[in-house]
Amino acid sequence: MTATVPRPSPARPALSALRDRALRLAELVTTPVLPADYLDMVNPLRAGTDLRGRVEAVQHETRDAATLVIRPGADWQPHVPGQWIRIGVDVDGVRMWRAYSLTSDLTRADGCISITVKAIPGGKVSNHLVRRVRPGTLVHLDQATGEFVLPDARPEKVLFVTAGSGITPVMGMLRNHPELDDVVLVHSAPTPDDVVFGAELRALAATGRIRLVEQHTDTAGLLDPAGVAALVPDLAERATWACGPVAMLDALQEHWDAAGLGERLVTERFRPAVAATGEGGTVSFTRTGATVEADGATPILDAAEEAGVLMPSGCRMGICYGCVLPLREGAVRDLRTGEVTTAAPGDGVIVQTCVSAAAGACSLDH
Amino acid sequence: MTVLQKKPVNPIAHLTADDIELIGKELDEIRQGVVESRGEADARYIRRVIDVHRKVELGSRAVLLASGFAPAWVLGTIGLSVAKILENMEIGHNILHGQWDWMRDPKIHSTTWEWDMASPAEQWKHSHNELHHTYTNVVGKDNDLGYGIMRVDEDQPWQPFHLGQPLWSFVNACFFEYGIAAYDLELGAVIAKKQTGDPEFRERARAVLRKIGKQARKDYLVHPLLSGPNFLPTLAANFVANLARNLWSNSVILCGHFPEGVETFEKRSIDGETRGEWYLRQMLGSANISGSKAMHVMTGNLSHQIEHHLFPDLPSNRYAEIAPRIRDLFERYGLTYHTAPLPQQVASAWHKIIRLSLPNGWLENTTARNLPTQLVNLWKMTTGKPRVRRRLLREQAAMAAA
Repeated sequence: MTATVPRPSPARPALSALRDRALRLAELVTTPVLPADYLDMVNPLRAGTDLRGRVEAVQHETRDAATLVIRPGADWQPHVPGQWIRIGVDVDGVRMWRAYSLTSDLTRADGCISITVKAIPGGKVSNHLVRRVRPGTLVHLDQATGEFVLPDARPEKVLFVTAGSGITPVMGMLRNHPELDDVVLVHSAPTPDDVVFGAELRALAATGRIRLVEQHTDTAGLLDPAGVAALVPDLAERATWACGPVAMLDALQEHWDAAGLGERLVTERFRPAVAATGEGGTVSFTRTGATVEADGATPILDAAEEAGVLMPSGCRMGICYGCVLPLREGAVRDLRTGEVTTAAPGDGVIVQTCVSAAAGACSLDH
Repeated sequence: MTVLQKKPVNPIAHLTADDIELIGKELDEIRQGVVESRGEADARYIRRVIDVHRKVELGSRAVLLASGFAPAWVLGTIGLSVAKILENMEIGHNILHGQWDWMRDPKIHSTTWEWDMASPAEQWKHSHNELHHTYTNVVGKDNDLGYGIMRVDEDQPWQPFHLGQPLWSFVNACFFEYGIAAYDLELGAVIAKKQTGDPEFRERARAVLRKIGKQARKDYLVHPLLSGPNFLPTLAANFVANLARNLWSNSVILCGHFPEGVETFEKRSIDGETRGEWYLRQMLGSANISGSKAMHVMTGNLSHQIEHHLFPDLPSNRYAEIAPRIRDLFERYGLTYHTAPLPQQVASAWHKIIRLSLPNGWLENTTARNLPTQLVNLWKMTTGKPRVRRRLLREQAAMAAA
């Protein structure tokens, strides 16, 4: 696996240098495997190894959402509320990686972190995490990342617009930023029971810390940007963070841009918006020698993983560049824009495999 | 044995082209069934085997720190031998085949794994996965047939130096991992063609030497040094464990393709081979070892060599489950499914090595009564003038045929 985030710089450099030297010596005895492979058998959460976590508890939030409380490995670096992590979990024996927002309170006494996952219909990983994972399960982690955070200079007035599981990064902020005292949260969910963190949000509203507007879409329908504007008259004065389905975010962005407020809106997307698909082709990997038949609608990353190729990966939505590989020959299509990138033999055009599909035969350096 | 195409009774003459394609289709279905049902239980299996191996290896090496004490030496040596066998057979060989790549675990993947073996994983994967598994038992293409040092077929002309074949086969078995490394390097051919100066070859040779250096340093220097006063007994224990592992893996591999009855093929016969024909060649070119579950694990499930050759990238723990269906397929199409216990298959393979070290027919023609005459004949065939040798060779072949 290729981590998308730089390895943490160890907190105690002298000690870790000593540890590295000891491990290099130990390698003389353990070759061809690494001493780390033995140490991980005893303590997979120790310092200096791949970042992992152990699921300590699974708390059910709604009928299809659950919070996983995870004890992270010793090298975990505290996150900024609103950021997300990549989590790798074995589903039916296959390692799968997804990104989820952190929802935990940074001041937790036990040092655990939490993510909150909503099971999406047909979603392999989300259903596994919500319904099948049990405490004690070991998961693989990356350090937290993401730009969906509050600036150091806190805005006086804040608006959050969220829908469904889009509440998760916002909950992470609300729990950790009690200093925010003028907050409007407009949240959409099918029914009152489907509001993730419903009880906690309503309690916050009851104390007056936030103004909560719930839109129950099963009965009241979808909320459009004009509807949000009507609900929040002082919208122009508010710094806004929005997280939810792609269509909602696109509509909000358009509306804010039109009102000249585009700068004041920050959005968080969890899936790329697929705009264009086309013909697929044979993808060949120059170094591993693997060849994969990929259709024109499937990201090269997914097609290659399905075929058992170990691929570098990251956010899987085209923003982190953790999955990029040089395209040596052939053509790929950016699924978000339909734009086709071609490379003549010998070229090394960098392409994002998580949002690019084959557009004919192509060859990548990997 | 002679290549299948030249046999008086061709064992596949009764199969039509349609039959062969039907066999292929049925095998594709069996394969698909396993692919679709791979899952958590399989992942748990390989992780458990790796876990057991590491504990046995570490435990045995710890016990050997006291190798001056005889029972500790015996226990540690047995444990280390078992660990090395497990590591090479059920773990290394199968991971390097890509049998576990579907798990997408970078720690257990054919592109990242390295094993306790003289040949670096990268080179072995090329000569084994690409050459041997593609050209299985094709004389002149599959170097596993005799590893380029043996006479493996009656059709190869007998030369006096072949008399030494049993001896060097045994030496090769004792130092099998180095033999494999040399063979993966195609050392024999490179020397014969005087290409040892080739930079690409030199790079690969350096990789092999680095690998051997690391393995040897661990077994013959660092571990003995850690044993302090027990330096020599620990060194001996490592030597014996490597020897045991080499003899064992050589035996298992001999059993896979070398027992009597396993077919070999002409180079020409694989031109334009269909998928069905490729499957058929794997079916005819492999032999199984029957035995207990422990036997299957210790052979890396190469006891199911037939199933392995049909589906080299399916997880090894699933071969036993599909074996009855494969056997049934053999029976329905009138083919022989070669399987026998290990001692019997090893004896059969060695019998063949010895038989082929002698001129065609010599062993069959020899009885206790005519032994002196036959020995004289053999002497003449070895030292006589070419004309005499040719005449005697013809006579032996004719006697055997009569």
